[in-house]
Amino acid sequence: MNVLTLIKVITLSVLLSWSTTSLAVAVEPEEILSNPNLEARARSITRGLRCIVCQNQSIDDSTARVARDMRLLVRERLIAGDNNKQVVDYIVERYGDYVLLRPPFQKNTLALWIGPPFLALIILFIIIRFFIIQRNQSKSNSDLLTFSDGE
Amino acid sequence: MTRFLLSLPIFFFVVLIGILVLLTLETKEGRDPSIVPSALIGKKAPKIDLPAISDNIPGGFNREDLLGRVTVVNVFASWCAPCLIEHKQIEQLTKNGIPVYAINHHDKVTDVSLWLKKNGNPYEAIGFDPDGRASIEWGVSGVPETYIINAKGFITYKQSGPITKSVLKKKILPELEKAKK
Repeated sequence: MNVLTLIKVITLSVLLSWSTTSLAVAVEPEEILSNPNLEARARSITRGLRCIVCQNQSIDDSTARVARDMRLLVRERLIAGDNNKQVVDYIVERYGDYVLLRPPFQKNTLALWIGPPFLALIILFIIIRFFIIQRNQSKSNSDLLTFSDGE
Repeated sequence: MTRFLLSLPIFFFVVLIGILVLLTLETKEGRDPSIVPSALIGKKAPKIDLPAISDNIPGGFNREDLLGRVTVVNVFASWCAPCLIEHKQIEQLTKNGIPVYAINHHDKVTDVSLWLKKNGNPYEAIGFDPDGRASIEWGVSGVPETYIINAKGFITYKQSGPITKSVLKKKILPELEKAKK
């Protein structure tokens, strides 16, 4: 391997790892809580909440004002002694399930959760069936051959 | 049996297309998918207790002030251009005898005082919310936003974006009538 290829490989791997890790973190220094334990909980909560004005970002990633307000609120609730679920419920109560980046498993999201694996199963079934039919066919074809040979 | 199984994907495809067509039609009828559905409709208006902007601007209100008649709560800011567009319509509501309360969202005292002096103040009372906390309490995603609250203090309607003349006529006024019942 010459030097040029090595450089190419390294560049490619760096670029690939770049695209998979989120660089966009919008949390500003003054927002960070002094208690690292609470801060870690705050981060894990805000990573799961959708920024309602940017929709495809979490409030942890977004620099939008309302996202910042919500980040501060999450930290405020944690300091007040809420557990993680209480904090999330507080926000969901006001903004609906919509703010959850990971949709909850419930009646109106059943199709969302069950649908894809269900379709995959059906497709798998069809494929297996297709091969069985083909094998049977080639078998009966060879039967036919031996039969004609015997004739 | 195989024939039935093989036709299943086609069946699913047709159903999928059907759903997409229905969704498109719905969007055409004015449902904007970028507008976040409100979780608060049909629920009691959230707790609110905001101070006045300054001594010479009527304001400061809490949830109890909203009880007893149909009211409107409007979220606005002096830096928000669409808020200026809907200002005439807010004045119209006040003229119609509907008390309009305002949440002043992320604003500075001097900025909003000037804005009100320049454009007029049609509001029953304005609550000052410089850090946006009350807005979160109300599930606000952006300014302007407007809520209709019935006499019992329940939110019956939410308008995201400015109340244009046509929104006033087609949505707000009929919804106000509904809320009065």
